[in-house]
Amino acid sequence: MIPLSWYLILSAALFSIGLFGVLSRKNAVAILLGIELMLNAVNINLVSFWRYGDVAQMAGQVFAIIVFAVAASEVAVGLALVISVYRRRNTVIADELDLMKW
Amino acid sequence: MTTETLIWLIPFPPILAFFLIVLFTNRNKALSHTLGVGAAGLSWLGAMIVFAAALGAHELGRTPFASSINWIPTADTWLRIGVLVDPLSAVVLFFVAWTIFMIFLYSVGYHNFGQPAGDHDRPGLPPHGATVEEHGHPQAVPSIEPMYSRFFAFLGLFAFGMYTLVLSDNLLTLFVGWEIMGLCSYLLIGFWYAKPSARNAAVKAFMTTRVGDVFMLLGIAFLYSATGSLSYRDIFQPQVLHTLASVPTPILGLSAAGLIGLLLFIGTVGKSAQFPLHVWLPDAMEGPTPVSAMIHAATMVSAGVYMVIRMFPLISLDPKTMTVIAFIGTFTAIFAATIAVAQNDIKRVLAYSTISQLGFMIAALGVGAYVAAAFHLVTHAFFKALLFLGSGSVIHGMEHGVLHTGDHTVDPQNMFNMGGLRKKMPITFWTFVIGGFALSGFPLLTAGFWSKDEILSGAFSNGNWAVFVTLAVAAFLTAFYTMRQITLTFLGGPRTAEAEHARETPWTMTLPLIVLAVFAIGYGWVGIPQDFLGLHLNASWFHEFVGSTLALAPAASPFSWIVFGTSLVVALGGLFFGWLAYRNVTAPEQDRLQIPLLKNKYYFDELYGFLFIKPAYWFAETFVYQWMDKGLIDGFLHFFGRAANAIGSAVRTYVDLLIINQTVGDGTAHATGWVGRNLRPIQSGRIQQYMLVSLIVLLAVAGLLYYLLVIV
Repeated sequence: MIPLSWYLILSAALFSIGLFGVLSRKNAVAILLGIELMLNAVNINLVSFWRYGDVAQMAGQVFAIIVFAVAASEVAVGLALVISVYRRRNTVIADELDLMKW
Repeated sequence: MTTETLIWLIPFPPILAFFLIVLFTNRNKALSHTLGVGAAGLSWLGAMIVFAAALGAHELGRTPFASSINWIPTADTWLRIGVLVDPLSAVVLFFVAWTIFMIFLYSVGYHNFGQPAGDHDRPGLPPHGATVEEHGHPQAVPSIEPMYSRFFAFLGLFAFGMYTLVLSDNLLTLFVGWEIMGLCSYLLIGFWYAKPSARNAAVKAFMTTRVGDVFMLLGIAFLYSATGSLSYRDIFQPQVLHTLASVPTPILGLSAAGLIGLLLFIGTVGKSAQFPLHVWLPDAMEGPTPVSAMIHAATMVSAGVYMVIRMFPLISLDPKTMTVIAFIGTFTAIFAATIAVAQNDIKRVLAYSTISQLGFMIAALGVGAYVAAAFHLVTHAFFKALLFLGSGSVIHGMEHGVLHTGDHTVDPQNMFNMGGLRKKMPITFWTFVIGGFALSGFPLLTAGFWSKDEILSGAFSNGNWAVFVTLAVAAFLTAFYTMRQITLTFLGGPRTAEAEHARETPWTMTLPLIVLAVFAIGYGWVGIPQDFLGLHLNASWFHEFVGSTLALAPAASPFSWIVFGTSLVVALGGLFFGWLAYRNVTAPEQDRLQIPLLKNKYYFDELYGFLFIKPAYWFAETFVYQWMDKGLIDGFLHFFGRAANAIGSAVRTYVDLLIINQTVGDGTAHATGWVGRNLRPIQSGRIQQYMLVSLIVLLAVAGLLYYLLVIV
């Protein structure tokens, strides 16, 4: 059986790729994609720990499903916001959306 | 009720009336004057009963009515106060009661009771008259005094003071009564306080008499420290008098008795308006006429003489003091008489006449004529009160004329505006003539003759030629100015339309005149000397009675044709020349005696103004105010103020502003602002930057936690 650490390394890698995407991409849609990657990395963690822990407990799976739901709604809201911003500001570049400063 | 109890009660009705009027009945004029006159009447009744008892008493001089109580506790004994009626107080009480009662009654008419309120009268000014509809056309009539009730209240308080003075058996309560009268004098002279002249006169009277009173208080204090008692009967014990006469004092080589006597006499000089403190009395005529009659002729100024008579056993111990008294009295008598000759105001003539007559009494005491002084005191009180009330009646009649013509520029007191009033005001005329003749010493008939004759004969028999001659001249002048006054006022024809329309005054004013006129004539007959004209008459009642007050009854001065002749000549001569000189005078310019020196009262007011008032003003204004107050005291204050101010500014500049405000306060704010400004760029609004920072912080915290929890 593949040891747990492989999954965790995959998850960390995926999380890091997502984080990098969030921090480095200029496009708001791409940032959202990065967030999705990070959420999925979390899901891998949850499911792996469930599988390698007490299989009788359903918590890991349930949390993963909740994260799906959250991710889906987040994307829905996030994309709606992006579209709304685009309509007002005619851009989706995150650095140009800097109204919330002093 | 014993006589002593009654004596205690005599002074109280007037002061009760005073309080009742002031506190309760002030608004009701009729009730107020009823209270006032009623109280005066009660006191009068009590005084008459006491007087009658005194007449019936056996050896009243040796065993007077006396009663006393403990008043103020001193270290081991009590200061006692009490009442005393001996022959002297009895006769004084008699005239005081009569004059006070008559003047109360007179005031009712004088202040126009029963007349309407004035059109534009206001408190503090004499009534100006009212307009009433009569027979369909407006008519000017006298108006009632606006402060009618207050007048009776003050009179009541005054009467209390006078009765207290007369009835007290010691110098302390005498002084209390004395000062109460001083206060009332001030209040009543200034009764019409809205007139500046009345105001000034009130202040002048108060201040001038105060000078005398201070010395008198010193005398009383000296007497108390020397004898331990202020009661007359204690002081007049032979051994006490002997001690006082033999103790020397460092002042002027006088004995203790002489110094005390002199100090007390200075009090009299102030109160009885003797030279040099005479200046207040003529000005006091600004007050209403009943006040002039009561306070400034009959009672209060007599109180000064009464005090000297009362203290005669003490005062007569030192011949130096007696010489001073004789000199002051004589000088005042002639000095005031000369001024009176040139005065045109009817009341001022009488005022100077009062000063002069009081001088006669003082002079009589100075030459040792004790009984004569007391006799003249009584007769003078009657006829001078009569004359003042008569003059008030004349002024009242003239004011009626002024109201009739409506010409308010005519001075109703100036005798040159009068003339011919004998037909308009017959009762006033006849009573005034009686009073005037009594004042002049019209022979045999009038009281003034007998008393003045006794003074002259006292001076003559004591060998005081200077006093005798001076007083004789003064008596001549007295008769002269009296006749001048009568001639100008009543005889001849009216010189103004106002005099033509003068009218006789109401009964409340004429009745007192008649009563006093009876005394102005009749009272002299009780003092006819025993050996008058060489006849062998009954002994003079007055002399026997009053003389018995002293331990050693004074001998009556023997009859002398020289004195009698002098009295006769000066009285009749003065009256005749007075008539002769003024029978055709119609204007002040025709009066040859209007000499500026006399007219201006020897410039005494100006002299005192220069000597005392100006320096006092200078002292107050320049020295005390400018130098002491503004210069010295304000200088200190300003110095301290400036010093405190300088310290304050220094603290403000160098501590508060510099350290607290700039360094601490502003410094903190600046630092905070600086930090804020410099931290501002980190809030860029860029989401990814924030996330990066969050990541770094997260990693740092995680690293730290890792280090702390795992490695360490």
